[in-house]
Order: sequence, then structure tokens, then C-alpha cells
Amino acid sequence: MKAENAAVSIRGVSKAFGSVRANHKVDLDIYRGEILALLGENGSGKTTLMNMLSGIYFPDEGQIFINGVERVIRSPRDAHALGIGMVHQHFKLVDVLSAAENISLGLHERLNIREATERINEICEKYGFDVDPRQKVYDMSVSQKQTVEIVKVLYRGADILILDEPTAVLTPQETEKLFDVLRRMKKDGKAIVIITHKMHEVEEISDRVAVLRAGEYIGSVDTRDMDVEQMTSMMVGHSVSLNIKREDPVGVRPRIEVKGLTVRNDEGVLKLRDVSFTANTGEILGVAGISGCGQKELLEAIAGLQPVESGEVNYIRDDGSREPLLGKDPLSISEMGVSMSFVPEDRLGMGLVANMDIADNMMLRTCRKGKGPFTDRKPSKKLAKEVVKKLDIVTPGITTPVRRLSGGNVQKVLVGREIASDPKVLLTAYAVRGLDINSSYTIYNLINEQKERGVAVIFVGEDLDVLLELSDRIMVLCGGRVSGILDARTADKNHIGRLMTTAGGREGHE
Amino acid sequence: MNKRTREPLFHIVKRDTHSLKRIIGVRALAILLALVLCGIVTMVTTGLDPISVFESIFTGAFGSKRKIWITLQNTAILLLISVALTPAFRMRFWNVGGEGQILMGGLAAAACMICLADKLPNGLVMICMVAGSLAAGALWGFIPAFFKSKWNTNETLSTLMMNYIATQLVAFFTIVWEVPKGSGKIGIINQDSNIGWLPELFGSKYVLAILVALLVTAFMYVYLNYFKQGYEISVVGESDKTARYVGIKVEKVIVRTMLLSGALCGLVGLLLVGSINHTVTTTIAGGQGFTGVLVAWMCKFDPLTMVFASLLIIFMNRGAGEISTNFGLNHSYADIITGIILFFLIGCEFFINYRIQFRKKAAEEGK
Repeated sequence: MKAENAAVSIRGVSKAFGSVRANHKVDLDIYRGEILALLGENGSGKTTLMNMLSGIYFPDEGQIFINGVERVIRSPRDAHALGIGMVHQHFKLVDVLSAAENISLGLHERLNIREATERINEICEKYGFDVDPRQKVYDMSVSQKQTVEIVKVLYRGADILILDEPTAVLTPQETEKLFDVLRRMKKDGKAIVIITHKMHEVEEISDRVAVLRAGEYIGSVDTRDMDVEQMTSMMVGHSVSLNIKREDPVGVRPRIEVKGLTVRNDEGVLKLRDVSFTANTGEILGVAGISGCGQKELLEAIAGLQPVESGEVNYIRDDGSREPLLGKDPLSISEMGVSMSFVPEDRLGMGLVANMDIADNMMLRTCRKGKGPFTDRKPSKKLAKEVVKKLDIVTPGITTPVRRLSGGNVQKVLVGREIASDPKVLLTAYAVRGLDINSSYTIYNLINEQKERGVAVIFVGEDLDVLLELSDRIMVLCGGRVSGILDARTADKNHIGRLMTTAGGREGHE
Repeated sequence: MNKRTREPLFHIVKRDTHSLKRIIGVRALAILLALVLCGIVTMVTTGLDPISVFESIFTGAFGSKRKIWITLQNTAILLLISVALTPAFRMRFWNVGGEGQILMGGLAAAACMICLADKLPNGLVMICMVAGSLAAGALWGFIPAFFKSKWNTNETLSTLMMNYIATQLVAFFTIVWEVPKGSGKIGIINQDSNIGWLPELFGSKYVLAILVALLVTAFMYVYLNYFKQGYEISVVGESDKTARYVGIKVEKVIVRTMLLSGALCGLVGLLLVGSINHTVTTTIAGGQGFTGVLVAWMCKFDPLTMVFASLLIIFMNRGAGEISTNFGLNHSYADIITGIILFFLIGCEFFINYRIQFRKKAAEEGK
């Protein structure tokens, strides 16, 4: 391949944050009419590299050529001018404005919503987007917001598109729709870079994969010449086995019983309607659903964090006696052994304190135990060391603030702490959100270990393939209702996808 | 194609290590530069010799034994206020009501001195004063905290408004208790009997406030860093979601912390009335409830650093009085100098956290 034809050529680009080398002498070519998947473990420097292309960071050294001409990208504005557009993992939209207003925001031209609307409609027609320019962002679903972000980038005339984990928040159907759009853009001669951790999507959509490992460029290969295991080995640097071992559940007894649970959130919106199910010991109950369909409220209601309108949640002891959980405060519920690790979109919002070090974060669970007014940091330091060692957390030390760790390592700290408390019930949501494949499997194995210990696991997941491989049963939530509970060993992915979107699914958003 | 296009002259890189030596070096350089700029400004605007101006700033603060004591006493008061505000700030509860909490503490102390002087023995009056001013300050802290925890009201507004209520209450009682009638002020309370005048320690009337400030600062340092309650405060401040999630009762922590913060401000009021001024006026806190906010922020809520910061501010303030009399300059002139120094001190934080990489150097460092 000759760099002369490349839309973008990156040559010898390095970027360091203090002593951390995020990118080191990276060479990468991006071509028109091609979808390039950028692969790498968490913290391997994918996002940093793309941020340098889109003008958010400035490289410490190296050159960037756009269409064969060396360019200096000093700001996002420079990047726009060169036709580079990036769709970030976290949407950057103003909620109270309409789609058209968001799209034309920040452009140096006279604001003319009518003209803008026309152009937006043109773009939508061309690539098959489904956007109502007048709709307000707060009324939109996640996938609609993402569409607005993509249209925004195209509206600015981008022909080099970078998408950072675009499918993390989409259902299989929405993902399919997005991929159709991407293929159409590819045909139109645009250069597309997609960052994703979902390997089957890489296989499905990309023409070529480029791999970064620890900030260095490892190489690029045509997708059709590679299988998932090979790609993963390339990313990790050694071969890994990608099988989730699923033992048959042993000693299955009901542990948590939920009956007719109905929950309204703070704004009075119904988030759960008449939800009933049982979670058993020694079993993983997967929960599937579009994000925002009541998963969070369900876990929080069990953990005592969410006021409930009606219904029952019972903890069933080993001797079969029932103990109602509703009305108890979170502390006494967690003392009964119900442990929750919820990984929210921003990863740190709940469960961890960003500015505290690993040891102090370990102490969150235990700080009120023991007598006297003073904190005892010794056990939490010991625990921190154990967790760091057991889960291979990459950190300079246990006194490093959690916010300085990469996303994957942050999650390991959280999940590690929750498991260390010897739970009877493990509630976990999006435990592998944004994690690379290797770390994800570490987490799956940890969860499986807990299942074998006889813990009742409720696993809220995003990736249906994983849910199908890991869970024993799958409960599908749709708009706050249970639209089905299936045996994961026999369930069909498309069937689940349909259950996620039908059964009055739209009502839940209103 | 290989011709290098222009790179920006410099770009900014975040540092991730902070060596203590560098931090002190940067700060010292900042103060030095600030002094140089002050000198230039002085020469240009007043035509005075900057060295002699600096000299009189110094003698203003440390020129005689008495001046040193007053500087230390004022430092103690400012330090105490900053430290009192700190637990609330660590909790991200923006308590700008220090002023009002101090006034209420002072008012309670004055009330005890005036109303109980002929009813109780001196010792009991003092106990009442201590209890009363702590309680009054705590109450002034409790009210906004209660509203915040119950209805999530904005604490910045409510603590600020509580200041006005406190000022008006003091103004009202000034009229009730004014001596002599019609003078519009209370005057020195119990001037003959000295009832309720807090004791002089080691033969000096300045020592009490200084000692209390040092003790409270040390306690606060330990409380925030080694107490479970201090740990809870940090968790609530960082993320109330996380706090709730691990079973910390956020409302309780907010109220408890503001009771503490308010009570300590009340203690300042007690010292101002009982030990230093022996009277109460609406301006007794002198805006230090707000200066304390500045000190607390500047020190990133670390009580030990506040010792130095409050000393610096009081030093400048005292020196300012001196130059205004010596050179016939307006008192605001000192504010200009203080402003310049603060600007440099706060501005230098940027150089502690970031590094500027110039074009040439960047190329060399590329290895």
C-alpha cells in the first residue's frame, strides 16, 4: 500500500502524558473507501491517537499528512477544516436544543435553521439516517443522539470519520442500521475509522484492522485474513483463549425473589412495571435490554437505593425463610451479603471515589466497621494489594488516585472490591463496559468463580453474545417490563433482540 | 511532501509528578516576581522608592513586639476561620456564611456578658459564653444544611442570606443594649468588672486566640485525614452517589459537618468578643468570613498550609496600614499590592500542574 493514496498518514507520532507514554512513534495510514478498525487493549492509546487527529491533543512529535500534504492540527477547528470529524464515546450535545440547532452550533456562519434543516435532510436522505431536525435532544433515544452526532460531523463536510466505540450503547438492530450507514458512506468514498472492543463487529464491518499495543503500532492486516483469536493475540501480545466456561449450575435454590416490582424515578416516570422473577444460588441470571429500560432501577431497588412504589423483594435464607429487603437501608442490605457493582456510563459516578487512591476506595465498604473514631487503613491497604495482584491491575501503586487509572483498571478495582466482600448475591451492571477483550474475560472468569461458590449473580449486560455465553438464564427487560425469561443455552439472539424492542418498548421512553 | 509545516510555538503538557522541591521553588519564584512587579508599580504610580515601601510593610507587621503580637493574633483569627470553613468545603458544601456564623457566635457571647454579668459568677458566665457562641454558630450552620439535605436548596445562596440576617440581628441588639443610650453602639462591655473577659494566658492577652487557633488547626488536620467522619466528608464531597451506595447517610453527614463548621465559626465570634474586642458590632468579622474562603481554596483545603497563607495575608494587610500612614498613601494601595501577590500565587499553580513545551525543546525531547 502506498502512503501517497492515503487520506491520512500518521508518521512517527508520539504523545506522552507526564511519564505515561500514550503513543510512541505510531505510523498509520487511513484510506478512502475503507473502514478501518482500530484495535487495542484499554489504555493502548487508540483514543489518544484519534484525539490528535481531531485536534484535541497536540502530538509531542511526528507528522500528520492529510491527502499527502503535511498538516498541523492545532485545534478541532483545524481538524474540521481538513475534513476530519470525530464522534466521541460520550455525546457532546446540548439537551435543550433541537437536532438542527445542535448540528449548526459553533459554526461560523449566519444561523439559518431553515437552510440547515434542508441540508440535514439532504444528508439524511443520502446515507439513510433517520433524524427529525426539529426534535429536541432530551427527547431522543441513545441511538438517535448518536445519529445526530454523526450527521453533525458530516454537516461540517467531514470525509474522514472517526467513531469511538459507537456500538457500545446500541441494540443489535440499531447496530445493524449504523453499519448500513457506514457501508453507504464507505461507498461514497469516505475514510472511516472505528474503535470498538466487540470482535464480531470488527469482523462484520471492517476491511482492515490496525492494532496498537501499549501505545505502539503493531501492524495492520486485512480483516478477511484474520480470525478473532488472531486479532486478540495481536492486541495482547500473546495468545489467549476466548472461551467462557459455563458449568452447569449446582445447588440451585431461590435466593432473591422479586414480585410485582413497580418503580418510578425522581421525575415520576415509570421505570419498572410489575417486574417479577427469582434469582437462584449458583446461577447467573443475565439481564438484557436497551440501556435505560429499568436495569439500573431494578438493581438499585434490590440494593435499597431506590424508593419503590409497590411490589416485594425478598431475600430467601438457606433455611427457606424469607426476609423482605424493601424498607431496609443500603448498609444493612449490604451487610446481609447483597453486593452491587454498577458501572455507570462515566464509570466513576457510583461506587468509587475518583480522587481517592485504591486503598481508600477499598475502605469505602468497610470504613464504618470497627470501634473508635479513627479509620483503620491497614486492612484496606492489604486488600488493595491483593486485588491489584489478583486482577493484574496496572497501576504505579496502591496510593495512585483511581481517576489516573485507565477505564479497565478502574472497573477491576470496583468489581474486585465487591467480590472481596464475600457476597451472597452479586448484582453487576455493565461490568465490562468499555473494557478490552482480555480484561473482559478476566471479569467473566471472576463472575463465574462467584457462581461456582454458590453466589446468586444478576448480570446486566450489553453484549448479547456475551450474555448468551455467560448466563444460565436471560431475563429481557423492555420499557420496564419483563418481556421474557429464557434459557440462555437454547435462546436465540434475534429473538432476544426482538424482545428488547417490542412488548410496549416505546412506552417506557415516554 | 517532507517539508515540515509550522508547528505552534509552544503547547501545554500536564505534569503528573509534583516534586516538593519544585513546588516550593515555583511558589518562591512567584512571590519574588510579585514583589518585583509591586516595586515597579510603586515606582511608576507613586514615585516612591520601592525598597523603603517594602521596608515599612515589614515594620508595619513585625516592627515592634506589640505589632508582632497583633499580627499573630490576627493571623490566628483568619486561620481559625479558614479552618472552620474547611470541612464544609471538603464536602463541596460552599459555606460562604462564615461571616454570619461568626457574628452569631459573637452576639451570643455578648448577650451572656451583658445579661448574665450580675446574675452568675464569672466562671459560669464564661461557660455560658462558650456554650452559647458554639451553639449560635452551629445553628447558623445548621439551617442552610438542613434545607440543603431536605430540599436540596442552594447552599451558596442560603448561607449568604444568613449573613444578612445575622448582621441585622446584631444591629438590632446594638440598639437594645447601646451604652450610653443614643450612641448607637454597645461600647466596651463590663469595663469595670471584666466579667466574661476571657482569661489572659502566660500574661498576654494575645496568647489565647493563637493557642486556640493552633489547637483547632491540628485537630482539624487529624479529623479530616484520620477520622471516619473526615473520610465520610471526603466521600460525600467527591460523589454523593457513591456515598449513598456504600450506605453513608449523606443528609446526616451534611448536617453534622455544617454543625461543626458553624460551631467553629461561632468560636471565632467568641474570641473576637470575649478575648479581643470586648464588644460586638456589625463589622466585627470584618469580611474575614470571606477572606477565609479565599485562604481555604488557596490551600486546597489543607489546614496546615493555611497557617502560612493566613500569615501572608495578614502580613500584607498589616503592612498596608503602615504604608498608608507613612507615605500618605490610600489604604487601597495595600490592597493593590496584596492583589498582585495573590494573583501570582494563584497563577503559579498553573506552572505547578502544567509544563509549557516550546517548539525547539519538543523536537529535542522527542528522542
